[in-house]
Amino acid sequence: MSTFSRMHGLVKKEILQVVRDPSALLIAFLLPVVLLVINGFGVSLDARHMRVAVYVEAPAEQTREIMQALDASPYLSVVRIFSTTDGERLIGTGDVRGMLVLREDFSQRLARPARWPAQAQLIANGTDPNTARILEGYVGGALQTWLGNFAIEHRTPPEGGVALEHRYWFNQELQSADFIVPGVIAFVMSMTGTLLTALIVAREWERGTMEAMLASPAGMAEIIAAKLGCYFVLGMLSMGISVLMAVTVFAVPFRGSLLALGAAGALFLVFALALGLFISTLARNQFVAAQVAFIVTMMPAMMLSGMIFDIASMPRWLQIGTFLVPARYLVSILQTLFLAGTVWRLILPNLAGLAVAALLAIGATLAVTRRRLD
Amino acid sequence: MWQRIFALILKELTALWKDPKTRAVLLVPPLVQVGLFAYAATYDVSHAPLGIWNEDAAAPATELVRRFAGSPAFAVAASIDNPAEATAALDAKQVAAVVHVPQTFSADLLAGRGATVQLLLDARRSNTALLLDGYASAIVLQYAQDAAPRTPAPLVLLTRDWFNPTLDPQWFILPGLVAVLSLVISMLVSSLSLARERELGTFEQMLVTPLRPLEILIGKALPAMLVGVIEANVVVVAALLWFGLPFVGSLWLLEAALLVFMLAGVGVGLAISAFARTQQQAILGVFVYASPAIVLSGFASPVENMPAAMDWLSRIDPVRYMLVLARGCFLQQMPLAVAWQQIWPMGLIGVVLLGIATWAVRRAVV
Repeated sequence: MSTFSRMHGLVKKEILQVVRDPSALLIAFLLPVVLLVINGFGVSLDARHMRVAVYVEAPAEQTREIMQALDASPYLSVVRIFSTTDGERLIGTGDVRGMLVLREDFSQRLARPARWPAQAQLIANGTDPNTARILEGYVGGALQTWLGNFAIEHRTPPEGGVALEHRYWFNQELQSADFIVPGVIAFVMSMTGTLLTALIVAREWERGTMEAMLASPAGMAEIIAAKLGCYFVLGMLSMGISVLMAVTVFAVPFRGSLLALGAAGALFLVFALALGLFISTLARNQFVAAQVAFIVTMMPAMMLSGMIFDIASMPRWLQIGTFLVPARYLVSILQTLFLAGTVWRLILPNLAGLAVAALLAIGATLAVTRRRLD
Repeated sequence: MWQRIFALILKELTALWKDPKTRAVLLVPPLVQVGLFAYAATYDVSHAPLGIWNEDAAAPATELVRRFAGSPAFAVAASIDNPAEATAALDAKQVAAVVHVPQTFSADLLAGRGATVQLLLDARRSNTALLLDGYASAIVLQYAQDAAPRTPAPLVLLTRDWFNPTLDPQWFILPGLVAVLSLVISMLVSSLSLARERELGTFEQMLVTPLRPLEILIGKALPAMLVGVIEANVVVVAALLWFGLPFVGSLWLLEAALLVFMLAGVGVGLAISAFARTQQQAILGVFVYASPAIVLSGFASPVENMPAAMDWLSRIDPVRYMLVLARGCFLQQMPLAVAWQQIWPMGLIGVVLLGIATWAVRRAVV
């Protein structure tokens, strides 16, 4: 039999297997949609209407104005309280994120310029540090607004100080979906890619059909090529769906080139699929394969790829470790292609990283499968 | 009856422990994940690469630049001379922000006209951009006050953070991991044990033993709950001993909550496996359930930021309640009434799901 007809038979076998077994189609098509919807809508770092309790011990004209400024902030939802004990209770139960306390002394000092500055006290629930920090920013911002109005009304000498003018590039409105969704696509691809082969091939090993195939005249490389080829097509389709959803459902702009997107996606998929084969060959058991796939792909793809957490803020040893996580290269490329454009200076090195990862994974798989036979 | 159940539990635990690979995946992942999560999961920003674009050679500008360079939030990564260089550095992620001091800065400042500094931020990472903007504002504000001491501002805001005074991100993520890791492991163990028996045909064998469907389920549920509670406690011990978290609340409350939580986790696992015909379908079910359950629980981003529909959906997510309990027990004295509000929904979810699983197994018998 020629190589060609053997390949033809193998590919046909894989296609039939995919079409007849719903789980491959579920992984390739349903999983991306579920993951994108849940992560795209669910992971939101944009806080709106953050609940904050406000206690004013001695109401005065200025504190009323301050209350108005707090009420006017779109980011805050103010709860009036009439004792600090109430506030402590509300913080304890999680009903409010923090409490702003304006003591009698505050109102008195604020009324007399000679006794400035008056101290406003914010008590934040630090259980969620990011939210606590953002709350401080919002309350501070509302107070700044009041200060600005106050300065204008009272004709205090103009602040001869320094103004900071900021420009948010690539994402002017700081929509966290624009930043999260491209990362989620990378996450989806590492999951579908690895799970597709890890689970399906682990089952072949578990049931002994893999040995049966190896005993056939088909060579090891041919079997692997046929498997990778089929799942590769599925994986690319699943990436297409994800990108389409990002642009339509989540309205994330796409400013880069489709060619670069295709190249990055293809290289990454080859890596993920080969890694899945590698895992399943070593594990030969679906439970172990699923767990290992979870640890070596899902976890790093979420934690160490820069999808949610900033790599630059991690400890140095972990930053170096992230270079071993191919999802890192893909996330970088995707975030750039979606929001910035085709910046080849950034994309090429990352593509190179992906290519190296893909080659290593294929090599490891070939080596391990060959040894398995001895 | 209990003797039979006990025998089944023993059999399940032996099956889990005797295979070295299975043993390894039960033990290693939690430790790896604790390590990774605890060090990687921070929204805070430090040493963000900063580009300096200073067009003003006078002393005030140099002083401002020096303050940016000295701040722990930034690390100077590039010196920039023109707009094209700024664009290139931001595009290629060489820097996360560029601070631009215009030529007239010092002159404007000394003349009391009010000077302007420009900050260009890479907002591909929106949260990072927001935080860096905050840090930069603080630096500039402090600089302005020092440069021109005048009458003090009418008010200042002093912030105190309760429960986590230094806003240490590990104090946030580790209690969350207690919930997430135990959920994943208990779901996997419970769903796979039933699905494997089905796939291998030993399920039918078990049905012809004197064991009744409910007994089979109890025998499958208890070992998985046990494994889950042990894993959770491994994380608790690591958090306390290695990462030095405080434990302010009641350990008994945490353990009780974990038991109820595991009831819900195992309920999900068994309900999935009751409908899955193969292990593969069971694993897929676990993945399809676990990822939304983790995302919607508030593990990584607060529930209150989510759209209303997601918020409602998260009410049937046991992880949401367990997160409140775990964080509450570690960091604060949680009032029992508040704890109870979290415990009963988890219990309800567990009982309903176990009911569904029992019904499905019984249907298989008839």
